[in-house]
Amino acid sequence: MHSEAAAATTTTDLPVADQLDYLRSMLEIRFFEEACQSLFTSGLVRGSTHLCQGQEGVVVGACRALGPDDKMLCTYRGHGAVLAMGAPLDRAFGEIMGKADGLCGGKGGSMHLTDASVGALGSFAIVGAHLPIANGIAFATRYRGSDAVCLVFFGDGAINIGAFHEALNLAAIWKLPVVFVCENNLYGEYSPLAATTPVERLADRGASYAMASEAVDGNDVLVMRDAVLQAAARGRAGDGPTLIEALTYRHKGHSRTDPATYRPAGELEAWLERDPIIRLQSALLTTGIGQPQLDELRAQAQQSVADALERAKGWPDPDLASRFDHVYA
Amino acid sequence: MSEITYRGAIAAAIGDAMEADEDVFLLGEDVGKAGGAFKATEGLYDRFGRERVLDTPISEQAIVGTAIGAAVMGLRPVAEIMFADFAAVCFDQIVNELAKYRYMTGGQVNVPVTIRLGNGAGGFAAQHSQPAENWFLNVPGLKVVVPGTPADLYGLLRAAIEDPDPVLVFEHKALFNIKESFPQNGSTTAIGQAKIVREGTDVTVIATQLMRHRALEVADELAGEGIEVELIDPRSLVPLDSETLCGSVEKTHRLIVAQESSSFGSWGSSVLAQLVPQTFESLDAPPLLIGSDETPVPYAGALESAWMPSAERIAAAVRETVSY
Repeated sequence: MHSEAAAATTTTDLPVADQLDYLRSMLEIRFFEEACQSLFTSGLVRGSTHLCQGQEGVVVGACRALGPDDKMLCTYRGHGAVLAMGAPLDRAFGEIMGKADGLCGGKGGSMHLTDASVGALGSFAIVGAHLPIANGIAFATRYRGSDAVCLVFFGDGAINIGAFHEALNLAAIWKLPVVFVCENNLYGEYSPLAATTPVERLADRGASYAMASEAVDGNDVLVMRDAVLQAAARGRAGDGPTLIEALTYRHKGHSRTDPATYRPAGELEAWLERDPIIRLQSALLTTGIGQPQLDELRAQAQQSVADALERAKGWPDPDLASRFDHVYA
Repeated sequence: MSEITYRGAIAAAIGDAMEADEDVFLLGEDVGKAGGAFKATEGLYDRFGRERVLDTPISEQAIVGTAIGAAVMGLRPVAEIMFADFAAVCFDQIVNELAKYRYMTGGQVNVPVTIRLGNGAGGFAAQHSQPAENWFLNVPGLKVVVPGTPADLYGLLRAAIEDPDPVLVFEHKALFNIKESFPQNGSTTAIGQAKIVREGTDVTVIATQLMRHRALEVADELAGEGIEVELIDPRSLVPLDSETLCGSVEKTHRLIVAQESSSFGSWGSSVLAQLVPQTFESLDAPPLLIGSDETPVPYAGALESAWMPSAERIAAAVRETVSY
């Protein structure tokens, strides 16, 4: 654990109503992911899934810091990020179950959730491959004279693949408005970070590209928001990209078949105490919000997820002929 | 009508496209100030400036990825991969990202990327010579064009830039200096349309790029022996104009594909697989695929020449097929 980051104080001018909204979003993601786990167990979902319980603070804090024209790309562990951008719960469930009315018409599934209408331009399942694409999106916004930025999430496992280095280097020399957010959850698949990466502080990699970089407490949604607000402002001002290392933890294994037995005893428990949802709830209780209000919010989030799942379960499968659509424009 | 070289057609097409559409921009290694490793983009940097003609680091993944992201946002990037062999360095970007992005999002994005790749043999040895178009035939989502003349290169490059989908444009390095008369305002060449280069009645020969020129020499020579070759350049491999190709085979009853690449897993073998079932009843001889040796491309001039189909080999194949 990184005590210097954990000690970071949460100072924010975000109104309480917005903080409650962040909480609702994190809760919805948490319940969504738990429902996905059950869907897999009950055989309603194919392939694999990569859940993000524990990392909700990173995606909600970062995505809520964006403006309406900003864009976001994420990874195959991307349900939370796409929902944080505002994608509808039912269509996200529908996609994961391969339904006709899923976000991608059943062509993408769990690893490729996309909702272009809310700026969630793609979830990518080749580690690191979307970082250069984020550069192109940022290049295009600048080319068109907009001050929009592109936020791109990736895991700690992505920092050792070539596309990461090519992308950060190009973004730096072209001063592209990209916010690179590394979700450091301490494990690349089943391997602990130290087994694969010679530096402990992944933000240090930014120095190779003379890029503004910092490590922040990703389990504090408001700290995360502040970091992305600053990074986005840097990009909008023409001062180039930022690398943010968000320190967080994956409560579950890498994918559905991974019980995560490789974790040292006590590690999960320590991180559960730093659960981003619990932390925001505790902070809100000091602002005059009462426990009953938080309980109600939780119940509402749980209900909207359950309702969305029921709706999506009732949707039809895709028409078989639709597999020929969208190969070419 | 003035004359234009194959090399000159590149800058002409990109320049005209950039003039016509502000969303078109060019990126690649040394494509700007230096005018390109093959001087194929000379003048564009001075004409359009560094905002639209961008020199990149030696980072093929970044080049293609940047093009993809920009295209998704509505721009029309033209990315250069200096030698087609370097596509292997960014294979993921082309095959998993570019080709599949539209499909796996259920059509939420368009990816109108043009990638230009310097293709084919010509003295550069194994890592800078392989006809790489064959690597991309089995990747639905991509279009693949292989222009063999200055006019076709101009027209297909313009069409690629205007196309709403990803198009790989293979430019053959051995053809850079060939010349052709060319109107001042060139037009686009439809992607997916073959060209009957020479009409004939005895045998259909299908060839692209360097082999197209070689096969044309052979056809002219064999006409002296009374053999009339119908030479067709498909120009596009994906989509393939199988209608024109089949029509020709049904007329000549004989089919030869001559290509500058080894045969296994190549475009020529795919063409045969597609045409033979459709034209089987009309065939009077076994179809032939004349390809290069199943080895990497060798360096020494004599070895490289021996590696790829010679005019003599193509002529022998035609004689064999016609006399079958």
